[in-house]
Amino acid sequence: METLIIILSGVLVSVATYLILSRSLIRVILGTAILSHAAHLLIMTMGGLKDGSVPLLGEEASSYTDALPQALILTSIVISFAVTALFLVLAYRTYTEVGTDNLHALRGFKDE
Amino acid sequence: MNNIIVLPMVIPVLIGIILIFLGPYTKAQRWISLGVMVANAGISIYILNRIQTEGILRLDFGGWTPPFGILFVADSFSMILVLTTSIVTSVCLIYSFFSIGKAHETMFFYSFVNFLVAGVNGSFLTGDLFNLYVCFEIMLLASYVLIALGGRKVQLKESIKYVAINVLSSWFFLVAIAYLYGTVGTLNMAHLSERIAEAGQTPLLTVISILFLTVFGLKSGLLLYFWLPGSYSAPPTAVAALFGALLTKVGIYAMFRVFTLLFYHETSITHTIIGVLAGLTLIGGSIGALAYKDIRQIVSYNVVIAVGFILVGLAVATPEAIEGSIYYLMHDMIVKALLFLLAGTMIYLTGTANIDYMSGLIRNYPLLGWMFFIVMMSLAGIPPLSGFIGKVLVGQGAADAGSYILLALAFISSIFVLYSLLRVFLSCFWGETIISVEDEVPLKKGMLVPCVLLTLVTIGLGLGAESLAPYVSDAANTLLNPDVYIDAVLND
Amino acid sequence: MKINNVILQAVTKIVVFIILTLAVYLFLSGHNNPGGGFIGGLVLATAFVLLFIVFDIETIQKALPFDFKKVAALGAFLAVATGFGSLLFDAPFLSQSFGYFDLPFFGKTELATVTIFEAGVALAVVGVVVTIILSISEDV
Repeated sequence: METLIIILSGVLVSVATYLILSRSLIRVILGTAILSHAAHLLIMTMGGLKDGSVPLLGEEASSYTDALPQALILTSIVISFAVTALFLVLAYRTYTEVGTDNLHALRGFKDE
Repeated sequence: MNNIIVLPMVIPVLIGIILIFLGPYTKAQRWISLGVMVANAGISIYILNRIQTEGILRLDFGGWTPPFGILFVADSFSMILVLTTSIVTSVCLIYSFFSIGKAHETMFFYSFVNFLVAGVNGSFLTGDLFNLYVCFEIMLLASYVLIALGGRKVQLKESIKYVAINVLSSWFFLVAIAYLYGTVGTLNMAHLSERIAEAGQTPLLTVISILFLTVFGLKSGLLLYFWLPGSYSAPPTAVAALFGALLTKVGIYAMFRVFTLLFYHETSITHTIIGVLAGLTLIGGSIGALAYKDIRQIVSYNVVIAVGFILVGLAVATPEAIEGSIYYLMHDMIVKALLFLLAGTMIYLTGTANIDYMSGLIRNYPLLGWMFFIVMMSLAGIPPLSGFIGKVLVGQGAADAGSYILLALAFISSIFVLYSLLRVFLSCFWGETIISVEDEVPLKKGMLVPCVLLTLVTIGLGLGAESLAPYVSDAANTLLNPDVYIDAVLND
Repeated sequence: MKINNVILQAVTKIVVFIILTLAVYLFLSGHNNPGGGFIGGLVLATAFVLLFIVFDIETIQKALPFDFKKVAALGAFLAVATGFGSLLFDAPFLSQSFGYFDLPFFGKTELATVTIFEAGVALAVVGVVVTIILSISEDV
């Protein structure tokens, strides 16, 4: 199971890389979003996909899953959510201001 | 109870939130945020002195003891940096009162400065690797907003690149954390250090450490500084000064922490790589500083050179070199802020950033000129200014360790720093005065006062290095003896 | 542009209340079961977003005259302030406590300070999500 998820994470990374390397700004943003999902999957897998009960007090099971990766992922999802949202707004503002979403046109900084 | 060590991070957060409600009352916002920074400086001095008598302090959030809970750890190194951050931010705030403009102030500028400082202080204080990531992100989110606030074309363009590159480096950070958690099974820094020491630093862990090196290299601009000059040239002066003073330094701090506390067993691999990267950064930064005529670019490349210089100290890792790096870190935060403020003031006065179009400013604005001269001397490491002691100690450390190439590069880069700034000085302040008396843009007192304050600090830091010596040597001692840190966190 | 979508509007009027109930349920169950402030807040935000999509923005803003930026700030303030609360009792920052109280109607109830923290989180999430949606959609 772990191997499968790792491969899935790798597929996501390659998809994200492809998207990030494209010219369109919106694709780049989608790429960064997918990239962070790949990282979340990786964290979960690195914590070990154990067969155990939910780590809650009332469960009284013999083994529990590790709760820490979940907590890490939740935090990191919130952060990537905020970053992606901000990035989208920023891209939208840039698009209206500069009039293009082509990253090649956004090069350089000389022109004011 | 050590609740006080959480204050440098939490007060700015809380005040930043409160300032959102004070939207239209810019006067109140100004003074409250300045008050926060001054209070932070006071608190950090108090904690710094407490650490000297009581040893490293720690606070377990919510009473969850390590290694299970999140915790803040205050040692001399982090508190010195928190103190410097508070001082630099207060001065930049004063500068922004007079330069940032009403539009910024009503768009929650001060809130985001507070959040930025909260993230920076949190990164310095945290004792948990994932918490470090979170604090980094708080800092970065605030910086994304600050860089784009104002919405000029160039700002938006640069902010897109800045956000993209930082999202990527945050991704590397997460991946590195995931691998480390998968390998060692903990994220508490002291616990990590203990377990890595027990298990020995296996090749796998060394690879993970290089992943961390990549992350912090991107954040601090160690060789991977290609994004830095563009991003730091775009925002308004006060923001650029804050960025130049604080952001790269957080990356440097993280690198020091990780490579002295966690991955210090395979120095022949990791520290050699750091040394090579630092050397290349020095070379690249020097070339960049000479290549451009835009004063903002020149100043930004000076940030890069300083990053290389400080990390020479880490690569060498002798006690003198580490002490030197700490001195230089403090010095650089202050002086880089001052340099950015001076460059921004020059741009404000002349309306151009190209040094070819400025000339003879010293006749119009003598004080500004002489302050630029002092900064230049300080950066070049002329005694008795603040850059001197750091340079000497790093140099001594490098010579002791026999890394003569790094030693040579570090000092040749100082000459390049001097030359790049001397070029600005000669071209902008000397020569024929082209601004006639009636065209002269009046220099606002509010812009001059912060510069004078920082100049006094750099002189004071140079003259008063003696009185800082016990704190700095304690900080270096903690960095070089991970057991001190581990004992304070896990065994008491 | 105003689309008069009668069916969607009629359904939304009912569905919004179901979503709100679910949000409150998720929020309260978060104490001992899956759920909590973040998820509750997200669900709450979807209710608002649905309203904004189905009816137009002006109508809803008249009905819900909050500045959602301020809502987010208030939420964040609550969350940080509960952390500060523990300073008053000389406990480590962010300490939480709980106790059992006999309340009229409810009988013996567990009340925990973490609920205030979670409420702050929920408000912050609602505020942020709605602000983002509004700031993108407002000037299209």
